[in-house]
Amino acid sequence: MKLALYALLCVLCVPFVFPTWWMVTSSVKPMSEILAFPPKLLPQTWDFSSYRQVFEIQPFAQQYFNSLYIAAVVTAGTMAVAALAGYAFARIRFPGQNVLFVVVLTGLLIPSEVTIVPLFQMFHTLGLTNTHWPLIVVPILGAPSVLATFIMRQFFISLPGELEEAARVDGLGRFGTFYRVALPLARPALGAVAIFTFLHSWNLYLEPIVYLSSPELFTLPQALTQFVDLYGGPMWNVQLAAATMTALPILVVFVLAQRQFIEGLAHTGLKG
Amino acid sequence: MVVTEAETRAVAERAAARRPFWTIRRRDYLVGYLFITPQLAGSVVFVLLPLVLVGWYSMQEWNVLAGTFEFTGAENYAKLAADANLRSVLAATGIFSAGLVALNLTLALLLAILLNQRLRGTTLFRTLFFSPVLVSLVAWTIVWKFLLQAEGGINGVLGAAGIDGPNWLRGEATAMLSVIVVQVIKNVGLNMVLFLAALQGVPAQLYEAAKMDGAGAWTRFRRITVPLISPTILLTSIITVVGSLQVFAQIAVLTQGGPGTSTTVLIYYLYQQAFQFHHFGYGATISVLLFLIVAALTLLQWRLRRKWVFNEA
Repeated sequence: MKLALYALLCVLCVPFVFPTWWMVTSSVKPMSEILAFPPKLLPQTWDFSSYRQVFEIQPFAQQYFNSLYIAAVVTAGTMAVAALAGYAFARIRFPGQNVLFVVVLTGLLIPSEVTIVPLFQMFHTLGLTNTHWPLIVVPILGAPSVLATFIMRQFFISLPGELEEAARVDGLGRFGTFYRVALPLARPALGAVAIFTFLHSWNLYLEPIVYLSSPELFTLPQALTQFVDLYGGPMWNVQLAAATMTALPILVVFVLAQRQFIEGLAHTGLKG
Repeated sequence: MVVTEAETRAVAERAAARRPFWTIRRRDYLVGYLFITPQLAGSVVFVLLPLVLVGWYSMQEWNVLAGTFEFTGAENYAKLAADANLRSVLAATGIFSAGLVALNLTLALLLAILLNQRLRGTTLFRTLFFSPVLVSLVAWTIVWKFLLQAEGGINGVLGAAGIDGPNWLRGEATAMLSVIVVQVIKNVGLNMVLFLAALQGVPAQLYEAAKMDGAGAWTRFRRITVPLISPTILLTSIITVVGSLQVFAQIAVLTQGGPGTSTTVLIYYLYQQAFQFHHFGYGATISVLLFLIVAALTLLQWRLRRKWVFNEA
């Protein structure tokens, strides 16, 4: 019985694990081996030339930096915006609170794709197309951050009120209470928000291809699809090397941090 | 330290005596408004305003290059209703979403149940099943595009078993199937983790009691597990349905909506019309349709919640 379960799990695992394995190992195979059948689990000859080509064909280092700094700014910005708004909606009473919360929540019901046409027009009018501004400002303040605000609110609601009363008696103001007492306790929720936001920004594809036209401004997902030969056919080895560099560091970091991640996710999911 | 209500009130009164206008309550109002300002302003500027504008633009003939607008009323809507592609786009959207949701939720629940058995090493398997979620989306899709070629790895495996595999991305039915499966494997880990957390919340005594009453495995699943995790089933189905309408990169990379228009879902059609053909007014009209579909589905699911969900979590 147990053995059968293990066997089933192992078989089910294959489509989840093999593509990543294959991507990493094939990126160091010569072209002939990539296309060889049956596919080898490990390269026969190691060939790192595709990694050099990645940087020769496109300004890949620049594109990597673009993706990295955009995701970092968006993550930090979203955490700040969502923590402040989530805290206020959960713990502070002020007139109009419920109406304003509903106004904010509409962002959850409207996929950002629905508003891409008018947003493009807005940024076009401001002369900000073919810049990184739309990829930074909209996720921090617009629809994508609403989910983060919602998660933070759900978390702050569950905090016991006595903690804040104690902080207040000890002489902390509202902001002090928020920053010194509530925020440190919210670390698991903030962690989940950070990871979600980072991945969302890192994977963004529609927005970059709509807004950006200069290769040196491209982000990684957009750049990955541009490794083509003169005839428009994909250069598989170079694409796989670029894909590996895009995917592997993030994968390793998150697998190492997965305990917090998965548990944070499960918690927010349950309460959401 | 125990704070009585009287003490709190005394502190508040002292503060009030010092500052006649800025009472604690008024200061709280101010802080509350300040705290929500970025999110609220962002929602107004980047969500509500564009939503109004999309309705307005949908009634314009809009030339982006010349920067001219011309009010055409319902003309774009008439064009949409008469669009020869609309039927196939809606059909593709429906098949894609239904297939994705059904396969995703079934597989997620199955994996969660397998991982919820008392087995050594389930953490490792959980990580493995979850790992595609963390792989960059376009990288993942590019790898699958290679594997799904006529001479690719999938057909290699099938060939070894004596099956002559099709050219997956070139046939209409197989292209749709491929896009669905690639997307499910990528993201099923998210729902799996949510289901796993829900399953772990089901009290074991319930199963023991049911077993003693002679309930079989299926009955226990049907009568205990499903009702108790129904809030999670609802939550994951909402996330997955709405998410399925936003799947763009996978289709753009794998099939570009083809062959023909067989995998042109609504979001991809919107992109083509607005940003490839520069029919922005018409693109806005398609956006309105997409919005209406999302809104209708969300409402429907919230109504179902009342009827069907066992307990409000």
